[in-house]
Amino acid sequence: MTVVLGVLLLTLLVITAIAIVRTKNLFVAVMLLGIFSLLIAANFFILDAADVALTEAAVGAGISTVLFLGALALTSEFERAPTPHRWLSLAVVTGATLVVLYATFDKPAFGDPGAPVHQHVAPWYLQKTPEFVGIPNVVTAVLGSFRGYDTLGEVFVVFTAGIGVRFLLSGRRRPTGGRAYDPTQKTSIGLRSHVIPLVVSRLLTPFILLFGLYVQFHGEYGPGGGFQAGALIAAAFILYALIEGEERCLEVLPQSALNALMVGGALLYGGVGVMGILLGADVLDYSMLAADPVSGQQLGIILIEAGVGMTVTGVLLSIFHAFAARDPT
Amino acid sequence: MEFLGLYHYWVFVVLLMIGFYAVVAKLNLIKKLIGLSIFQSAVFLLYITMSKVSGGTAPIFSEQVSGVLYSNPLPQVLILTAIVVGISTTALGLGIVVRIKEEYGSIEEHEIQEIDRQ
Repeated sequence: MTVVLGVLLLTLLVITAIAIVRTKNLFVAVMLLGIFSLLIAANFFILDAADVALTEAAVGAGISTVLFLGALALTSEFERAPTPHRWLSLAVVTGATLVVLYATFDKPAFGDPGAPVHQHVAPWYLQKTPEFVGIPNVVTAVLGSFRGYDTLGEVFVVFTAGIGVRFLLSGRRRPTGGRAYDPTQKTSIGLRSHVIPLVVSRLLTPFILLFGLYVQFHGEYGPGGGFQAGALIAAAFILYALIEGEERCLEVLPQSALNALMVGGALLYGGVGVMGILLGADVLDYSMLAADPVSGQQLGIILIEAGVGMTVTGVLLSIFHAFAARDPT
Repeated sequence: MEFLGLYHYWVFVVLLMIGFYAVVAKLNLIKKLIGLSIFQSAVFLLYITMSKVSGGTAPIFSEQVSGVLYSNPLPQVLILTAIVVGISTTALGLGIVVRIKEEYGSIEEHEIQEIDRQ
């Protein structure tokens, strides 16, 4: 059954990808990209990667679609030029495909427990997580504790990208200037005049937020953690902004608060790392944070996951506002 | 099972090359970024395919069951963070495209090159 479902999903992925590349309408391409993300998330789930599936569904199908649409609104919806050197490109790509396809025959068999990738540190992580960290979700343990350095680096990459987008897009603001929400204003901002999206989004937004917080704080016990929670909370606010208007969303969570979230999250993560040194252990070694090393690890993971969640929420929402505040040329 | 394994790898290759084709052949900058997203997703698929162990389950312990085989958590960790980093870099790319549109009035590569040559 799983085999049939797997083959079906993979085939649909290829069909969607071809449709995305072939269509001249960029709006259609972006919508199909959302479907592509959802299909690949389902695939990740079949392949036992629940955490990854959750992240891809929230980020790929949710936030990425909104950002692409924001960029389309500021540029153009249609691809104008025909593809030049089409046959040459196709020939090059086909050649490369054949070479890589040939290489796949040398790959270890799918699902083989003896494959080299399963021999190195992975068994050690699986074996030692209950003893050292004492939480059920090994993915969170590896992400937060065993490979905390990597995650710290990723958080700073996300932070840098957020700063970069703000830097690129904050030069020219709307000429009207007045960004404050005026309740007497009759012109509709967002989709407030459409009843069905309004009602559905008002019903859904609190639950998306609640689910985001659950994913944040339950990440040690089930699929979840700061990255997923950050994306979900950002998605809830983006939905609010799309329906009620960007100004109202900025009233609820102003840009200064987003800046504080971005910087605060990265600093919290770094600070927990430095605390390790101050308490006489290594960087990002949380064992000394509490009397008992295992509780110390758990406390450390909760703190750094909170930092990750804050930074991801702040960055994604800042990026969204940077695109939304731009005046189309 | 053998066929499913190879099929996973083949889909990875095909998706990778569809993304690659969009990046090299298309002139529209947003289409190139979409191609890059597909390319990136194909790499994610390869990693997650490698993390799967047959008969295994998601690497989350449960007290009720014991002696379960778990899939490899490490590639999952790498890809989980890569997805979020991916969207951040895509957003940065889109920001640059928006600025290009504002400066050049076009997001088609050949038109931008034409303006540059003048």
